[in-house]
Amino acid sequence: MKIYIRAASNISPQQTFKESAFPFQAVEYTGNILKAIEPDYKDIIDAKAVRRMSRIVKMGVAAALECLKDAGEECPGAIITGTAYGCLADTDNFLIGMIEQSEGMLSPTAFIQSTHNTAGAQIALILQCNGYNNTFVNGGFSFENALLDAIMLLHEEEVTNVLAGSIDELIGLSHAVLSRFRLYKRLPISNLDLLSSASKGTVAGEGAAFFLLSSRSSTDDLARLEGVAIFYKPENTAEMANNIITFLADHELNITDIDLVITGKNGDIKNDAHYDRLKETIFTKNELINYKHLCGDYPTSVSFAVWLAAYIIKTGKIPTGAGYEVSEENKLGRILICNNYQNLHHSLVLISA
Amino acid sequence: MQKYNKDMPVFVAGLGMISAIGNNVAECISALEEGRAGIGDVSYLNTVHRGEIPVAEVKQSNHELSLLARLPGRISRTALLGMIAAREALDSAAIETLSGLRTGLISANTVGGMDKSEQFFIDFLPDHAKGKLKDVFYHECAASTRLVADQLGIRNYVTTISTACSSSANAIMHGARLIKHGMLDVVVAGGADALTKFTLNGFNTLMILDRAYCKPFDDDRNGLNLGEGAGYVVLVSEKVAELMKSEVVCRLSGYCNTNDAYHQTASSPDGKGSYLAMSGALENSGLTPSDIGYINLHGTGTQNNDLAEGTAIKRLFDSCYPPMSSTKSFTGHTLGASGGIEAVFSSLSVKSGFIYPNLRFHTRMRELPFVPESVFSKDESVKHVLSNSFGFGGSCSSLIFSKVEG
Repeated sequence: MKIYIRAASNISPQQTFKESAFPFQAVEYTGNILKAIEPDYKDIIDAKAVRRMSRIVKMGVAAALECLKDAGEECPGAIITGTAYGCLADTDNFLIGMIEQSEGMLSPTAFIQSTHNTAGAQIALILQCNGYNNTFVNGGFSFENALLDAIMLLHEEEVTNVLAGSIDELIGLSHAVLSRFRLYKRLPISNLDLLSSASKGTVAGEGAAFFLLSSRSSTDDLARLEGVAIFYKPENTAEMANNIITFLADHELNITDIDLVITGKNGDIKNDAHYDRLKETIFTKNELINYKHLCGDYPTSVSFAVWLAAYIIKTGKIPTGAGYEVSEENKLGRILICNNYQNLHHSLVLISA
Repeated sequence: MQKYNKDMPVFVAGLGMISAIGNNVAECISALEEGRAGIGDVSYLNTVHRGEIPVAEVKQSNHELSLLARLPGRISRTALLGMIAAREALDSAAIETLSGLRTGLISANTVGGMDKSEQFFIDFLPDHAKGKLKDVFYHECAASTRLVADQLGIRNYVTTISTACSSSANAIMHGARLIKHGMLDVVVAGGADALTKFTLNGFNTLMILDRAYCKPFDDDRNGLNLGEGAGYVVLVSEKVAELMKSEVVCRLSGYCNTNDAYHQTASSPDGKGSYLAMSGALENSGLTPSDIGYINLHGTGTQNNDLAEGTAIKRLFDSCYPPMSSTKSFTGHTLGASGGIEAVFSSLSVKSGFIYPNLRFHTRMRELPFVPESVFSKDESVKHVLSNSFGFGGSCSSLIFSKVEG
């Protein structure tokens, strides 16, 4: 069975939202926080509904609704969301209120919205979709699990399309906590220089991206989702190199069949060395590009890369350099996304024409 | 993934649980048989609501749990509970060795390591340089799952699902599908949730916590009692079942996940999502309502849930009502663990014909023609059991467990 990406929508720290958003001119940030550029939600979500939603839910719902609009689909067969941290702002709001007011006089709103499946539920509610609805909360694999579940559902042939996506937000308190774990750069840096910084740490990001995946082709498809694989805690780069070769072999492909590799370089010297070694060993003849300097690093950032890959396949325009100037049009057959989060969660996503 | 086989049987080979009524499956079943509820005053959770809101706590301190779990006591209570139940499930499955078998852990929870995070925040909020980092290290939902997976040596497929109170039913359904897709041979699936101040206060603001012991499906019901615990089943493929030294418990014969699409927290009055989940699970298993020998109700004890669920049951089972009960009258509502815990009860209902009582039932709901069971009984003729799990966000899932003939 072939799986087609009929539409993709992405709210990120770049100007990626709406269908004419690729190619885009990279937005420059200084510092270690890349916040999403949010659209005017009133144009997308019913004004009454939008007032009740928190920021992350608005981002998720807007990305989902825009994706469905592009796809010309009113109610998908299933809705699957991946999120590592869920609705952080609501969780923190309720937690802070609870501590400051010694468990008294709390409003239920933040608690209600803090549930991890809030975005998926709101999408179903707005669309009146009674179908399958699931939320994976699996750290750096949350989005990949959503994609894998979507692929399984399509193979089960009870539905012909699935809306799958991811949401994760960056808030002040989570940034403060994660900074103490030394995840981020200590000195201000331009995101456009991030990947040549040769120091420890990355920059924090966030985003919401949704995809309409279908088992039926249409003339408007962006690309095909050919495969997804996840690898928890591989021993070293050599093991990952073997995983990549095996994954491609499972799809009857060789490394030379891959026209473009999108890597998970994030500016952290140790993290990026992994991709340099892969380039020296298996990707010697492949063209490689990066994306995390544009959206920041967060557990579900692979959705940004899948969105990017789908549009590169569709337009044939390959962004080069940190600023994402695009090349002349190419004919690309296959793009491999090769990512990891925190060296715990490694994943591969194969997107093809 | 090309190997999906809808008709491939999925067997339940092992069970494990811990809850307010016992530290393992045998203790919990004894409590059900003897009519002993686990609900009472708060004794472990450090909350101002002690003495005011009854809860169903696991009767062990974190230190005592850490000894049972063989894990450090400083980690989240959710991970400790999960470890104890998941290990019991895997041990009881009598699978000689997992080596050579593709094994997964699909675990659910609703608030991850919140019990530790809410401690961390007390110091962290006034000064962001303060608070012990180890208390927030396991905050995200996936962290508890990873701890358990690492301890059990499960690496092939590890994931976490969070869909509010239906979370662990969805974990079990996902596990069964992974087997039917030929991706895994053995799956430990279920969920864990520790009681936290966050959830206690959250449900309190919604004004759905009963100040007395809950009365599911009673006309005078006043809300739910929160509980905590963990429950897991071990699902295996036919190939693994044949290799096992002992008999399997039962078969997971059907499942369905739907969305009510009505309101963020409330169920639709006609229980549309519940109806679709139950009828979908029946269709998935190839059964009809009259085949069901017992229903383990979601039955939280809130006005809204019991009316929606009951109305959906009335529509689907009209004139052939099987015995039914809410075991939440014993365990409290264990949120992300409830689907796992109730899957354990449902599996044993199929295997041994147990019909569990619905405690404190007194008056039939005026809207419904049926009443829940009040006493523990045994009915060997039970062949199929339906287990319901419904949650916030309109998330509705039903599972069906069936007797293995022969």
